[in-house]
Amino acid sequence: MATSLLHGLIGGVLIGCAAILMMFSIGRIAGISGIASHALFSRPRLSQAWRWAFIIGLLISPLIVVSLGLPGNVAFSSEVVLGDPLVPWPVMAIAGFCIGLGTGWSHGCTSGHGVCGLARLSPRSLVATMTFVTTAMLTVGLTHSLRV
Amino acid sequence: MNCLMALLSGLLFGIGLVVSGMTDPQRVVGFLDVTGDWDPTLMAVLGGAVLTTFVGFRLLRRLGRPWLSATFEWPTRRDLDRPLVIGASLFGLGWGLSGYCPGPALLALNTGDLSVWGLVIMMSVGWWAAQRWSWQR
Repeated sequence: MATSLLHGLIGGVLIGCAAILMMFSIGRIAGISGIASHALFSRPRLSQAWRWAFIIGLLISPLIVVSLGLPGNVAFSSEVVLGDPLVPWPVMAIAGFCIGLGTGWSHGCTSGHGVCGLARLSPRSLVATMTFVTTAMLTVGLTHSLRV
Repeated sequence: MNCLMALLSGLLFGIGLVVSGMTDPQRVVGFLDVTGDWDPTLMAVLGGAVLTTFVGFRLLRRLGRPWLSATFEWPTRRDLDRPLVIGASLFGLGWGLSGYCPGPALLALNTGDLSVWGLVIMMSVGWWAAQRWSWQR
């Protein structure tokens, strides 16, 4: 468990460095739902290339981790860097829609609100983060009790 | 150059996600499962990320402008409204059901698992819908 916490902490610091790099270089918040949703569905005039570049960086990162021989922190899979899905595909599809609609309406996710927003002491992000963490915990509690 | 820095940021972000263990949905659900076998890893991830970013952002405030752009795009809204709370609740529901949030979902496309592709496609539909069904201010 201690190893996992250390991996988690180091990974978190790297995520923070990425957010700092993004703001330092191009002055943008590293909020994945915002970047991805605007890359796909932005109204005209918003410059898009940097959004796609960020997404490509995200998409290739597991390959880079493996080629650099960096450790992952997957506990419950034979895969080293990416875990396996937990629920059947219909639940994944419904969850996906909820994630999209929810982050779209609230203008952020765990990176935008949870990391960058809390770091900025944003009241909106504090409320958003407390809300999505609480509802996620309630969801897990409910679905686990239904299964048992 | 902007694109290169964005690419590097995305790459570093993704590396952080992998190293931290957030790409394992069972680790995420393990954190959210407060009544069961609790896995505190996500707390260490969030703690490390927020603290690092807090310090970095404070330092950046001393700069007049970013390196490659005219202005820092700091978000300005401070009001709380219904779409914020309802949206966050919906996001929490989806996150709790699957153990995925947007970043790890995109990385998981690399597994080739069709259910992940289904989640990401529906997430994109959800983003489209959020713009279509916007809230009155």
